This record gives sequence, structure tokens and C-alpha cells, in this order.
Amino acid sequence: MTVRRSIRYLSKGRVIEVADFAPTATLLDHLRLERRLVGTKEGCAEGDCGACTVALGRLVDGRLVYEPINACIRLLGTVDGCEVVTIEDLAEGGVLHPLQQAMVRRHASQCGFCTPGIVMSLFTLYATPGRHDRDAVIDRLSGNLCRCTGYRPIVDAALEACDARPDQRPDDLFAAHAAATAVALAGLTDAAAVFVGDETRFFAAPHRLDTLADILEACPDATLVAGATDVGLWITKAGRDLPRIVHLGRIAGLDRIEETAEGLSIGATVSLAAAAERLAAWDPDLAHLFRRIGSVQVRASGTLGGNIANGSPIGDSPPALIALDASLELWGGGTLRQIPLERFFLAYGRQDRRPGEIVTRVVVPRLEAHHAFRAYKIAKRHDQDISSVMAALRLTLDGDRITEARLAFGGMAGTPMRAAGAEAALVGASLRSAGGWRPALDALRGDFTPLTDMRASADYRMEAAVGLLGRALAEIAGTPSHKTRVFGLREEVGHDAHA
Amino acid sequence: MTRMPEFPPVAAPRSAVGAPLPHDSAARHVAGAAAYIDDLDEPAGTLHVAPGWCREVTRGRLLKVDLDAVRAHPGVVAVLTAADVPAVNDCSPSIGGDPVFAESEIQFWGQVVFAVVATSRASARAAARLAVFEVEAEKPAITVFDALDRGSDVLPPYEFRKGDAGAAIAAAPCRFADGLAIGGQEHFYLEGQIAFAHPREGDEILVLSSTQHPTEIQHVVARVLGLSDAAIVCECRRMGGGFGGKESQATQWAVIAALAARITGRSVKLRLDRDDDMVMTGKRHDFRVDWRVGTDETGRILGVDVDFLARCGASADLSQGVVDRTMFHADNAYDYPAARIATRRLLTDTVSATAFRGFGGPQGMLFAERMIDAVALRLGRDPLDVRKANFYPSVDAANHGVTPYGQVVDDCVLPDLVAALEQSSDYRARVAAIDAFNASSPILRRGIALTPIKFGISFTLTHLNQAGALVNVYSDGSVTVNHGGTEMGQGLYVKVAQVVAEVFAIPVAQVRITATTTGKVPNTAPTAASSGSDLNGMAAQIAAEEIRDRMAVVVAHLLGGEPRAVTFAGGRARLGDRDLSFADVARQCTLARVSLSATGFYSTPDITWDRAEAHGRPFYYYAYGAACSEVVIDTLTGEMRVLRVDILHDVGRSLNPAIDLGQIEGGFVQGLGWLTTEELVWDSRGRLRTHAPSTYKIPTAFDVPADFRVALWEDGGNRVASVHRSKAVGEPPVMLAISVHSAILRAIASLAPGVVPPLEAPATPEAILAAVRAVKHPVEGAPA
Ligand SMILES: Cc1cc2nc3c(=O)[nH]c(=O)nc-3n(C[C@@H](O)[C@@H](O)[C@H](O)COP(=O)(O)OP(=O)(O)OC[C@H]3O[C@@H](n4cnc5c(N)ncnc54)[C@H](O)[C@@H]3O)c2cc1C
Ligand code: FES
Ligand code: FES
Repeated sequence: MTVRRSIRYLSKGRVIEVADFAPTATLLDHLRLERRLVGTKEGCAEGDCGACTVALGRLVDGRLVYEPINACIRLLGTVDGCEVVTIEDLAEGGVLHPLQQAMVRRHASQCGFCTPGIVMSLFTLYATPGRHDRDAVIDRLSGNLCRCTGYRPIVDAALEACDARPDQRPDDLFAAHAAATAVALAGLTDAAAVFVGDETRFFAAPHRLDTLADILEACPDATLVAGATDVGLWITKAGRDLPRIVHLGRIAGLDRIEETAEGLSIGATVSLAAAAERLAAWDPDLAHLFRRIGSVQVRASGTLGGNIANGSPIGDSPPALIALDASLELWGGGTLRQIPLERFFLAYGRQDRRPGEIVTRVVVPRLEAHHAFRAYKIAKRHDQDISSVMAALRLTLDGDRITEARLAFGGMAGTPMRAAGAEAALVGASLRSAGGWRPALDALRGDFTPLTDMRASADYRMEAAVGLLGRALAEIAGTPSHKTRVFGLREEVGHDAHA
Repeated sequence: MTRMPEFPPVAAPRSAVGAPLPHDSAARHVAGAAAYIDDLDEPAGTLHVAPGWCREVTRGRLLKVDLDAVRAHPGVVAVLTAADVPAVNDCSPSIGGDPVFAESEIQFWGQVVFAVVATSRASARAAARLAVFEVEAEKPAITVFDALDRGSDVLPPYEFRKGDAGAAIAAAPCRFADGLAIGGQEHFYLEGQIAFAHPREGDEILVLSSTQHPTEIQHVVARVLGLSDAAIVCECRRMGGGFGGKESQATQWAVIAALAARITGRSVKLRLDRDDDMVMTGKRHDFRVDWRVGTDETGRILGVDVDFLARCGASADLSQGVVDRTMFHADNAYDYPAARIATRRLLTDTVSATAFRGFGGPQGMLFAERMIDAVALRLGRDPLDVRKANFYPSVDAANHGVTPYGQVVDDCVLPDLVAALEQSSDYRARVAAIDAFNASSPILRRGIALTPIKFGISFTLTHLNQAGALVNVYSDGSVTVNHGGTEMGQGLYVKVAQVVAEVFAIPVAQVRITATTTGKVPNTAPTAASSGSDLNGMAAQIAAEEIRDRMAVVVAHLLGGEPRAVTFAGGRARLGDRDLSFADVARQCTLARVSLSATGFYSTPDITWDRAEAHGRPFYYYAYGAACSEVVIDTLTGEMRVLRVDILHDVGRSLNPAIDLGQIEGGFVQGLGWLTTEELVWDSRGRLRTHAPSTYKIPTAFDVPADFRVALWEDGGNRVASVHRSKAVGEPPVMLAISVHSAILRAIASLAPGVVPPLEAPATPEAILAAVRAVKHPVEGAPA
């Protein structure tokens, strides 16, 4: 087995090799403190403001793709093999990038502190083929806070630069160099395990499951990291020292989505963005839900496996996947096992994951014609906010009659959880009149005892959950969503997810 | 449509002034080349400071602080406590009560007790968590009601009275009473608090600070360190946002950095982590308001009686001015025949509340608009009609209204401005369409509101209404301008450059803007109260005119003629049919030994304020505006979406319409956040639970409606001789967002005609659902 004792990334066509870094070093500190590239800003160090946004270039199926990421919580070691584009790289020979010019023309900066991050987010949109409409721009900005402008001029600038027909959108430096970049990136791909440090402090990125098993056997207390959108905050906010980091992102195969007879089998390190792209096609509510998980930056780094493995009671994908009857595949000590996803969550902070085990895949049965699906997220803010309540349900219908009900909720208990009482009350019920489902709404009140925190009170959570179930039933019974929701209309979604 | 009799004819078409120029740093912003303090090169040996505090206790007696583990942490160079302060352990902007380091008492969750100086930021921050505290905890007072129970006021109660409000209400045909809780707001400037102190010659220290008030930093650093003001220079090139949060709140960090620099003899940087920033620095005041009003049957107000309880936190800070401004704006645009406007300023064991764009005004105005809405809903009238019936009379009316504090409102443009917006927003037709929609929509409800603002311009602490500027012309004709105002994104620098370029009739690009520094212009006011361009623009104009007058003498001498006959236009000085380029003029002045450097000083005329008598003319003029917002709410979950916003805002004659438009849109969206998604939550022990952007939600691009129509109202100019007859625009637009809150109220009210929903601010989904449930299932005894 070859071991590489450094990481390498591409910057302005040059390979940067870093052999000496702390396992917890963030990309942002590397850029600002080591390389003195201070155009990228730190506004929060927790993935929420976007001031630190840089673009990551990767080859996806041979094609060069740029995605925005939060450099503040991204671990330096995990950009191995990528191109890192920062704000300093955009202007060419002193001439501003077309996007930067549009930003100036539209008066899209005031204090300017958010601006580099905003430009970088929009740069990734500019670099994405096709025209991009307002919804696509708004989505692309979901992880970038601006406290000064009110966003209107930023959106206008983005539309000016990105809504042009592709043949009218001037090739930038990056498009012109795409072929060379692809070659350079391919040159960084190898089948080596990365190991930087020594046994007491290291950053490791194995390329195969068996290598991973060896590392975990030697260091059972090592911290597993996928996208680091959770783990990054343990470092920057909780101030935790994580001396031994094992990154899962290089393990071959874990990043693939496979189509199976029943549905999809999604590898644990598939990003939330890539998972969303496939699931969105099944139902507009899935599209809308995934579009509301974090931001484009968070979804580019964060993985579906991490969103489940962290065991959070307020993660957004688990309720939806539980409603879809998904199962989880775990691998450890050379054995594979598969369990219904809902059984993974044992109690608050406790999951059915044995020492040395990792989540490898999520298997999701397809939605069938006799299924009706709905998913809703409630938060104080539409974009990039954590749910106070999340509801997802799949009803199996026989005409107007409900023959099976899977209702899963987030934010209502210590884990993502099904509403057993309400489910029972729905089976056999008719959708024809609201009277048929009223008992389920009452039963739901007995299913949960939610908590009060800074996001919502227990009382609100319960009322909203009941409201959401009522909304879902009304919609499935035929009320169009423009009469039941203020956003995420089923008629509209899909087109903004695919923009 | 200019109907201002006193409006002077404009001598020449303006060239620099009035042009929609980009922000002076726009190209650098987008390229990542605009340097903020954390981006500057660090001298070798630079040290980093992190503040240390007790996470376990909100209030209590400090018995012992064990700092051994802190000192032992790798990289730690020094640990500073109150004992290390050479002179005065206080960094208050006003009457005291803000220790740099807590000594014997912890007064709020997040109060700084010590500071760690270390070789790296990471080391300082890690060490700061290692202190062990022994504290005798006491029960904290968190809410205004806790403070009332305890009887703790941080400043004396204060009130305005006009006529006999009690009698007027008692005699009124219709009487209403209600109350409202108004939340605070975190500034969330994108660039957190930062200071970088460099020891210089002898006892001199240069402090780079992200501050709206360099003079205060200079003076307080000197006071704390026991040095003369002259030993300290404070400089600020730009801030990554301020919004009032760096008016007094930047001082403590600058003081700690300067102290560390003085003690270690090295350059020292202090940049707060975002969570520490949100925990340790003050926010907009939250309020509880209770009111009674008497009206006639049409909603014309006869008397108002209102009590504001302001939560000021652990010290006075700027609360006197802030809460006074709440009172000054409790009338908003409305002529109250009789009023009693009373305030309590309560001391709570929470971080001291501070300045925030609008400076107390927004809370006063939100009360006024809620009261009007309540009257309209109860009387079954359209709220806009009730608003109009109560406006101060128009500028050209025979009799002008008088505010509860005695100022004659003689420049009111609202009747015209609101009529124009009512038309352009299609208000009446949309009200009808919304009523029809609601009649057939059981789950979703829509609402619309058109609300006005009237905002008083001037510091109400009269002596702050002064500014200085320094203009230098070099012998090649290039110009530098420096003034007391700071740049936080609001475009002050480019506006002042435009004013100077206008005086010299040269391109704006020829005027170089330099960092604000106490070394060039002393004893300045904070950049606040929307006054930045009014004050500094005037001071710079005066300085530039002085130089231009001297130039005219030289030109007249050279070309033969009278100085008075020299004109400056198009980059040249002309006399008769001869002219010289501006650069030639500059060169000739140096040869003629004429100074090309001048200071300008401006103090706002005609303002008076007798606080003891609660009477005077505290404001030089008022800025006006109005907004019409439409929303839709979900009555099952409380979710809300803003559908359309129309704004018409009075900027006088704009110095820079592009910059002004940015202030209006940005201010509106900031106000929108305050009133909808931005919720500060303290737990029962007084710990702020929303101290990060993960839990405290400012608006994102999604929250701004696609249909957002903003127009400047320039028809009125400015009745007073402000700089080029422009009007201040920094703060007023925040309050345009009250239209959104009012529209939400009306959407909820559609569920139960005649009932006023108990909607609090901010209108989160939870607050909206609570109000929905209250009007659907009224509780016995609750106010209708
Ligand atoms: C700004 C921001 C906004 C967010 N908004 C949302 C939101 O709206 N909705 C939402 O649901 N989430 C949200 N999140 C959290 C979300 O990004 C994470 O839950 C993410 O999905 C975790 O994936 P990751 O790959 O980044 O995990 P990491 O941070 O790398 O790891 C998370 C945890 O899972 C473990 N882990 C990861 N992969 C595996 C595996 N394959 N097997 C075993 N253990 C593993 C790690 O050891 C760690 O304990 C947000 C996060 C941020 C920073
Ligand atoms: S610094 Fe705020 S998201 Fe990274
Ligand atoms: S321009 Fe100041 S935060 Fe965006």
C-alpha cells in the first residue's frame, strides 16, 4: 500500500503541497495565516455567514465542476486533490471578472466584508453551464449573509452576469483553462492513503475500507470526518482538540449513487447536494426540503451519511428517509449489516453503531404511484436555518383509503421519530372528508412531548406539527398547495432545484 | 413639484454632487483587496489577546479567580486583570459603570474578567477557557419586570407632556388600551469587533480600531492608561459594518489591546470570536409598551398616554439618548393634541443595551403604528385613512403641528409623499383584492399596510452636532480630504469626496480619501445619528471653499481682475476669457506662498434642547418616507412571506442617489429582520441562547421580495441649508419595515374582524401562530 505523507491541491494552476499541518487545521486559517491570502474573510467560523466562501474545483465523471464551500469549517486535509479558487484568483491581469464588474456596476457592495464570499458563491454559478434564473441565484446566495445591501443589487448583478445565454456569457479564465485544469487535477488523483502526522496526532485519509479498518483498529478513538460541517464546529466553536482525524472522503465507492431495482443506494460520503439532485426527481417536496438543508456551501461539503450518523434530532434528511422506509448499511470489522433507518436512532445522543463501525450506504425505496409523499420544514428563516419542526410522511393509498401511513417528525423528540398513534389512526381512514383524518390530528398530540428551546416552544412545536399533518392530508385529498403553503409550492419546485 | 418657498435657485448644475457614483472601495471590495484590520500585515512578534469570562454565572460576587492554568498554557505571555489597569478601570461612553475588567462583581453573562495575551490567537482563546472561578451567585434580574420588582433604574424616569392626556382620553368618544412587547436586535456586522494596538515612540500608542467613534477610543484609552489624549492616535480606514454596534462597543477591545501593548511593548491584536462578540457586546434595547388612547369616531386621536419600559442592561451606556429618541418618535408622523410619553430605563443583569441604527426611534414608531392599527381595526376603518387623518399638517399648511417636545413640524411632506405612494402602489385596489382572497382562503391570509415615517435629524445631545475636516491640495492639483466621519459601508467617504470635488470643480477621482484618524481631525463626534454626511460634508465643504477662495485671489492676481469674478468649472479656473488648469492654479499658489491646506469646522445651526424642561427644537429637520408592504401568512404554522414592497423615501436633494438607494434598501431589510426573523432569546438564568448565526437569523436573499420597488423622493429638497439640500438617510429606512409588521397584523386580523391580534415583535412563525390562535380562541379577560 502506498502512503502519501502530504496533501496536494491546485491553486492558480500550481500544485501546492502541504506536508506539515495540524489535523484540525482549517482551510481558512491555512489561506489567511499561512498563505496570507486575506481576501477571504472570517465572519463567524461556523459555516453560517459565507464570508469565507471559496470555490472548490473537482472532476466529477471527468467534468470540471466548481462548488462553493465554507473554508472556515472545512478541514485543510480534505481539499486534497481539488482546485482551490479564492477571490484573489478571479481578476485577470488587473481586469475584474465579469461578475465582479457587474457587482461594481450594480452597487452591490457597501461595507464590502461579505463581498468576496458572495463573489465566490456566484462564481460557482457562473461556472455552471446553462442560464441561471432568479431562483437559482437566490439559492446560490442562501449561505451568504449580507447585513448592508438588502441583497437586491447583488441579485441584479448575479442575474446580469449569469442569466445571459451561454453564448453571450464571456468565457472567463477558468473556462478557458478548463482542459488544462482537468489534466492537472487528474494528475493529483492517486490510489494512495494519505497520512500526515504521527500516531499521536494525525490526519489520515484512507482510500480503501480495509485501510480504514486497520487505522480504526489501531486508534479506536480517532474522529471520523466526512464533510466536517458538524465536526468543523467542534473545532472552531467548542475549542475541542481532535488529535486523530480520519477522513472518509477518499474511500473508493462510498461516494457513489447506485440505481437498484427498489430505488437508490446512496453511499455515505455522497454530498447532500448530489443526493438531493437524485431524490428531487421523485417528489417536489424532497427537492424543496433538500434545497433548505443548510446552504449550497453546506450541501456541497456535508454528506448524507454524516447527516444521519451525527444522530441529531433535528437533522432534516432522517425524517424524510424514514418516511420513505429507507434502511442503513453499516460496515465494521469486516462485516456488513443493514437495519431500518429508524432503528439506528436509539435515544438522544445514542445510535446503533458499534465501535469501529461506519455508515456505508443508505438504501431508499422508490416512491410508487400508490404513494403520496409530503415533507415540510419549519424554521424561523426560510433559508439556512435549523428546523424547529420537520414533518415527512408517505401514505399508501387505495383510492381514497389510506392503507399504510409512515409519519416521521424531527424536532419533536430526542431523535427523529415516527408518530405511532397518528399512523394507527390513519390506517383505514378515508381522505374524502376532513372528519376522516381528525382523529389522527388528535392522536398526534399523544405521540410526542417536545421541548422548549431558543428555536421554538414545546407548545408551538406541537401546534405546528398538528398543522403540518393537517396540511398534508388536505393536500393529498386534493387542495392545491398554493392554498395551503406560503412557499415551496409543489407546482414551482423542481425548476429552482434544477436551475 | 417643488413647493418650498425658501428653496434657493441652484447656481450651477451640479457635476460631482448628485452623481450615482460607486462606493469608493467598490472595485477593491469585489476583488478582495479592501483591507480590514485583520487583513493587515502583522509586525514580527505580534501578540494576540482573548477575553476571559465566567460561563457559569450571570450575576454574583467574585470571590476568587484562579488563573494558574491560564498562565501555564503554551504560548501565553501575560494575563491581564483589573489589577493591571494603570489608571481608571472604566470604558464607559457616558456616566461610568462599564469596567474594562470585572473586579468584585459579575454583572451579566459575558462580562470580561481578564484577558490572555499569547503568541497566537488560537493559544489565547484556548487559554482563556481555563480559568477557575469562585463566585457567590445571586439571583439575576433578566426582564424589565424583574427590574421593576427589584426597583432598579439605571437612569431616572423621564417624560414628555403635552396638554392633559388623561383628561383628553377620558373625554374622548372612543377609548382603547393595549400593550406590546418589542424585541431587541443584534447588529451582526459581518466584521466582528477588532482592534490592533502598536506601541510607538515613548508612551505613544497607535490604535487601529473598527470603530464608529475614533475620538472616544482615543480618549478612553488615554483615561484607562493614565496617558494624555495626545499620546494616543486612533485610526480607522473602514469597518465591515457598524450599525451602531461600534459606536460605544468597540472601545473595550481597543482599550484591552492598548493595555496589552503598553504592558508587553509589542503590537497586540484583539479580534473577538463571533460568539463572544454576540455575548459580550450590546444590542438594540427591547421594550414593553403599554398605552391608552382616546379618539373620535373616525379615529382622529385626541389624547395618548404611553409608558415605555426599556431594558437597558447592566449600565447606562448610551441609554439616555436612545430612550429619549424613543420618546421623540413616539408620535411618529402623528399630531397628538394631548400626550403623556413616559419612560423607565431599567437596570437588568444583562449585557448593556446600546446604539443600533435608529437609536431607539424604531421602537417608539412601532408603538405609534400599532396604536393606529388598533384604533382602525376596532373602528372598522382602513388603517391608512386613520393614519392620514392624524398626520402632521403639510409644509404649506396654514398652521403647523407641534410635537410633544415642543418642536414645530414645519417641513412635513407626508401628505404628498403618502398620496404618491398610495397611487403608485395601487393600495386601494390591492386592499379589495386581498379582502376577496381572504374571504375564500381558510388557511392562508394576506395583509397589506402602508406606513409612514418621520425621523428627526441631529444628535439630541446637542454638543455632538459638530464636525471638523482637513483638506489638502498638493501642487499637482491632487487633493486629500480627511474628516471625523468613519466609513462603515454607508458611502460617507465618496459623498464627502463628491462635495469637495464639487467645490473645486474637479473630477471626484482627483480627490483622495484617507483613513479617519484622530491625529488629523480631533475631538469629533461619532459617526452616528445619520449625521455623517450632513456634518462632515459641511465641514469639508467649508475647508475646500476656504482654499478655493485663496486660490481665487492668486488667480485674480495672475490673470488680472477681481477674485470674486473667478469661476471654477470643468477642472479649470476662469477669469474673463483666460483660464488656468486646476493643477496650474495649485502650483501658482505654492509659488505665491499661499497655503493649500485648510481645516473646516461645522456646527449645526438653529438647534436647541432643554432636557429639563423637555422643550426645544432638537432636530434641524425631519426626514420622511413611507412603505407599502403585502404579506401572506399560514394560519396553521405561522409561516409568513413578504410578497411585495413599495417604498418612497425622502432624501432631500440626493448627494449620491445610488448610495442613498443602497441605504434605503439595506435599512429596510435590516428592519425587516428586526421585526420578523431576528429573535434574541435569553433563558431564565439570563444566558443569551442565540449568540451565533446558527440560532440568530438575519434576513437572507430569499426573504427580500422579488417585487421590491424603491423610489427616491427628491421633490421636497430640504427646507434648511443642509449640505447641498440633501437629507440624512442612514437610519430612517429601517423603520419603513414597520409596514411589514403592520401587514402581518392585518392578515391575522382578517380572521376576526374588530379584534386586535396580540402580535408581538419580532413576528416569528411562533409569534404569528400565537396571535392567530388568540384571535380564533379568545381567552377570557384578554384585551380585545
Ligand atoms: C451552517 C450550517 C447549516 C446547516 N443546516 C442544516 C440543515 O438545515 N439541516 C440539517 O439537517 N443539517 C444542517 N446542518 C448540519 C449538516 O450539515 C450536517 O449534519 C451534515 O449533514 C453532516 O455531514 P458531514 O459530512 O459534514 O459530517 P461530519 O461533520 O464530517 O461528521 C458528522 C458526524 O458524523 C460522523 N460521521 C460522518 N460520516 C460518517 C460515516 N460514514 N459513518 C459513521 N460516522 C460518520 C462523524 O464522526 C461526526 O460525528 C448544517 C450545518 C451547518 C454548518
Ligand atoms: S466565516 Fe462565516 S461561514 Fe465561514
Ligand atoms: S456589504 Fe456589508 S455585509 Fe454585505
